[in-house]
Amino acid sequence: MNSDKLLDAKGLACPMPVVKTKKEVDQLESGQVLEIHATDKGSESDMVAWAKTSGHELLAQEQDGETFKFWIRKA
Amino acid sequence: MALHMMEASEVAKKVINQEELFILDVRNEADFNDWKIEGETIESMNTPYFDLIDGVDEVLPQLPEDKDILVVCAKEGSSVFVADQIVEATGRDVSALKGGMKSWSEHLEPVKIADLGDNSALYQFVRLGKGCLSYMIVSGNEAAMIDPLRMTDQYQAFADKIGVNTIHLIDTHLHADHISGGRRLAANNEGTYYLPSKDAGEVQFDFTPVEDGQEIVFGQDEVTIRAVYSPGHTIGSTSFILNDTYLFTGDILFLDSIGRPDLAGLAEDWVADLRETLYVRYKKLDQNLQVLPAHFAKLHELANDGRVVARLGDLYEHNEGLNVDDEDAFRKMVTENLPPQPNAYQEIRETNMGKLNPDQEEETEMEIGPNRCAVS
Repeated sequence: MNSDKLLDAKGLACPMPVVKTKKEVDQLESGQVLEIHATDKGSESDMVAWAKTSGHELLAQEQDGETFKFWIRKA
Repeated sequence: MALHMMEASEVAKKVINQEELFILDVRNEADFNDWKIEGETIESMNTPYFDLIDGVDEVLPQLPEDKDILVVCAKEGSSVFVADQIVEATGRDVSALKGGMKSWSEHLEPVKIADLGDNSALYQFVRLGKGCLSYMIVSGNEAAMIDPLRMTDQYQAFADKIGVNTIHLIDTHLHADHISGGRRLAANNEGTYYLPSKDAGEVQFDFTPVEDGQEIVFGQDEVTIRAVYSPGHTIGSTSFILNDTYLFTGDILFLDSIGRPDLAGLAEDWVADLRETLYVRYKKLDQNLQVLPAHFAKLHELANDGRVVARLGDLYEHNEGLNVDDEDAFRKMVTENLPPQPNAYQEIRETNMGKLNPDQEEETEMEIGPNRCAVS
């Protein structure tokens, strides 16, 4: 999937994957897509819940070995 | 003003001693609704940490002035992140839960049930975070355990403190809601791991089978533990009577509810066994026996000192599950509209059979969430 920017949050513990994601999304233009890679297990459900409450669109998520990948489009 | 890390044991004491505490739980809403820290004097609210990244202003008005505040998350990081901001914004002392809900789930609070003799005593370990109860029976410098959990370090520390060797490790049945610590403790202490033979058909390791009527006598005071076959939660479920005084009921009978027969996929087959155990076998026992179950479901089952115990005869008067005269109504109660099954219960059963060997982190994941071994 195409993305405008990649955030590598691998190795970071909660809450940093979501905190960094929010900061990156804040920098994007509306409609742009951020791709996030994280290894914290909690980020799997938290990223979904954060996208929901923040109004951004979670386009896709997948698991690649130990890495969770997310694509979020800025509202 | 400062951030203080609160241990799970401190929270446990507040729950048991009924001290006021306000909890701000910053996990996501689904996790909070599934399972949280509860207590008579515990007030809690949920705002996920990811709604507080830009500041905590929205929750400040909801924090009571007159109560201690504890911020809680899954592991620790997010609660520190939020608690730090509250300290900065308010100048108050705020606590964060050390180790998060993971350590809350694993904390065991030991309480003494009674002295049995000059050199013997009975302890109950209350796992407040998940509702599990396990037991240590001490006689001289030897001890037996009933339904020990996987947190063997905590039992070992307690045993070291009081100077005993835990050499008899007994499970009342093949557990589906938690990983047994029996096999590990037996290996560490050159002890014996006992499991009811009828639950052990698929077990992959050496154990000592338990049969109806079998007795274990041990230690300086020669305490006696006698097996009473009592199927229904599983086909092998066995109760144990200590010194003709205490009845360990496993997951068959709780103080306020009864066991469920469906966790091995054979609910219909085992209903008749469960009925027979609760309405015939247990009725023939001395009604003055003190019942000690493997779980509690609701906090009101804890006495003021944290103990969970009741007289068998009293349960026949007050426990609704023991007062369903109609067999068909009983069948419906224990097979229909059951609560969801415990998290990962199949994997937990296979781990307890020795078929799976998860690492510590995987074990923690498997046990996360509430206990659901009772029918209601």
